[in-house]
Amino acid sequence: MSGGTTRLRCCDASGCRSVGSTALIGALEAARDGLGLTAQEVTIQPVGCLRLCGRGPLVAADHANGAMDLFGGVPQELAAHLVREVALSTTVSPPPEASPLAAHWIDPAHPFFSLQKSVVLEGCGRINPESIEEARAEGAYAQFQRCLLELTPVEVREQVKRSGLRGRGGGGYPTGLKWDTVALQPSGPRYVVCNADEGDPGAFMDRSVLESDPHRLLEGLAIAAFAVGACKGYVYVRAEYPLAIERVRLAIRQARREGLLGEGIAGSTFSLSLEVRVGAGAYVCGEETALLHSIQGQRGTPRTRPPYPAQSGLWGAPTLINNVETLAAVPAILREGGDWYAAMGTKGSKGTKVFALSGAVANPGLVEVPMGTSLRTVVEIMGGGVPNGSAIKAVQTGGPSGGCIPAPLLETPVDYESLLELGSMMGSGGLVVMGETTSMPAVARHFMSFSVNESCGKCVPCRAGTVQLLQLLDRVVNHQASPADLDQLDHLCQMVKHTSLCGLGQAAPNPVLSTLRHFRAEYEAACRQPSDCLALTHCELPVP
Amino acid sequence: MALRTETPQQLDEAKRISHIVRRQSGRADALIEVLHQVQELKGFLPPSALHQVARELRLPLSRVQGVASFYHLFRLEPPTRHRCAVCLGTACYVNGGADLARELEARLGLRLDDPAGNGVWALQHVSCMGACGQAPVLVVDGLMVTRLAVDEPARLAHQLDQAGLPVAPGGVS
Repeated sequence: MSGGTTRLRCCDASGCRSVGSTALIGALEAARDGLGLTAQEVTIQPVGCLRLCGRGPLVAADHANGAMDLFGGVPQELAAHLVREVALSTTVSPPPEASPLAAHWIDPAHPFFSLQKSVVLEGCGRINPESIEEARAEGAYAQFQRCLLELTPVEVREQVKRSGLRGRGGGGYPTGLKWDTVALQPSGPRYVVCNADEGDPGAFMDRSVLESDPHRLLEGLAIAAFAVGACKGYVYVRAEYPLAIERVRLAIRQARREGLLGEGIAGSTFSLSLEVRVGAGAYVCGEETALLHSIQGQRGTPRTRPPYPAQSGLWGAPTLINNVETLAAVPAILREGGDWYAAMGTKGSKGTKVFALSGAVANPGLVEVPMGTSLRTVVEIMGGGVPNGSAIKAVQTGGPSGGCIPAPLLETPVDYESLLELGSMMGSGGLVVMGETTSMPAVARHFMSFSVNESCGKCVPCRAGTVQLLQLLDRVVNHQASPADLDQLDHLCQMVKHTSLCGLGQAAPNPVLSTLRHFRAEYEAACRQPSDCLALTHCELPVP
Repeated sequence: MALRTETPQQLDEAKRISHIVRRQSGRADALIEVLHQVQELKGFLPPSALHQVARELRLPLSRVQGVASFYHLFRLEPPTRHRCAVCLGTACYVNGGADLARELEARLGLRLDDPAGNGVWALQHVSCMGACGQAPVLVVDGLMVTRLAVDEPARLAHQLDQAGLPVAPGGVS
């Protein structure tokens, strides 16, 4: 932040922690002291996600002259080397080949970084997530205070409506409209809830925001509470994210201490208290009505809608539920204006979207790009394609509720509508790249076994239908299926999709339907007697 | 008057459970948080603890039992001394997570998702740890182990040794 000093920003989020970032930070501090340098000369700062998770532990070196270098997979033995190089020289990229750091240097101009547009992730990797001072120095809570002192709830909602922001949890419902619905309910208590139950396998966007910049989320939630007139809010985090839970709890305590939460905030009449609620390992709790039951200490089973939570949610009161990424976009929208946000993206999908890139891809990590960027740009140009240079077969979007998009369709721009047309969905933003060796029926079975495990059991189509679908997929994967089984599979998918109670069941057939649609040949090749499969003439793609 | 048969340790634990309930102000909506803390205290949720929680939160036992059995992370049986979780999320799956699970079954001499395991170790699957950038991953007694070399048997064996996963008597490394 402050120019003129040298700073080493070390990722201290759980991805890098799992590959030794805590020890590396210690080694860097020891190395600095060993070289007789002070913390003023070389600042070693734990920060949030530096994006390229696959190369962790990551260290960003800010030189005194303003240049930046990035290093990945730095072993502790090179700590002294790294401190010396950045403190004593202005190692501007790349280090000479002879340097042991050369193998760890990552080009900050690589498209993985240069094509990103940070809005939600603005503060990720720039501030110490455990320091409210650093967050506030970067502008945290300034927009919340401006709302309290200068804007009316109607004006705040107007900006959110103008921004065109849509729910980032997967549904894509217009955020401003949802806020209006809650705000315009008859007077009485209201609640705000942040859905941080990021359960889709392959998704780690929300975890990164919670661990890297929790104050941005709290500010977004506080602004939402002001806009709808709520004075109590919950952040529902899945128990599988212990570091995220710890940091959000710490952030709430810090904000309360600074008078940014509590009674009569910033001299206004507005009061807000926030509480963290921890899940207990039930994927279905990401569904909003199930999540509300879970917050109330009940089994996380969904219920029929309407009434929608906006009308009748927690304890029967109007309740606003937004996902982490949606709320984290709000402070920037108010700072720059709704029109600024709406200028990014496509006609129906405004702004930016964070994706978690993983699977068979050279550069796994977190990317934030304008809506409408093509999938090919994200997975090939930014992600670097499949590590061994072989071709991409498909990209899975939307987790167990989404589908597999085949390589020939990767030009598809990422927005809500285009992905739905292809039988997939935006989902929360996990993109899992699959190479030629991945069998699509096996992937479909993998997701179905997930859905069987996670079905809450309340409605029959989901509870029993997913089990039947799994058995049919077992037959396919074990080369025991007949063409009639494929018809049955398709038929049963339609039934489960149209008759299940909640989103989990309704979307559970999507991985099967999308792979049947785009990779039917693989299902047919897996039949007991491939010659039985008359439908082979309808193959959309050549048999691999 | 019935004779008290609890051991001093059980009495102490009962007091601690009461303390947990009181810290949540005895609110019924804090049931899940209470169960988390009781499980942290005892390692699992035995029937006696569920009865006590129900009594002190003034909830029917069926409600407490219903919640405890609904959520995957609550254990109703005592856990084995050591535990390993293998991630079968999509990214881990694409990067050989299922092969890794088979390898672990052979090494530890047990079956995936059998809570009894081999008596000392149990292996369960998890659906995503959110560490997809480091796939495939394991959690061994609470510590995450990442980037397992599923395609290189010698390196994988070394990584599993380092993680403290023993080759069970009947197991295969």
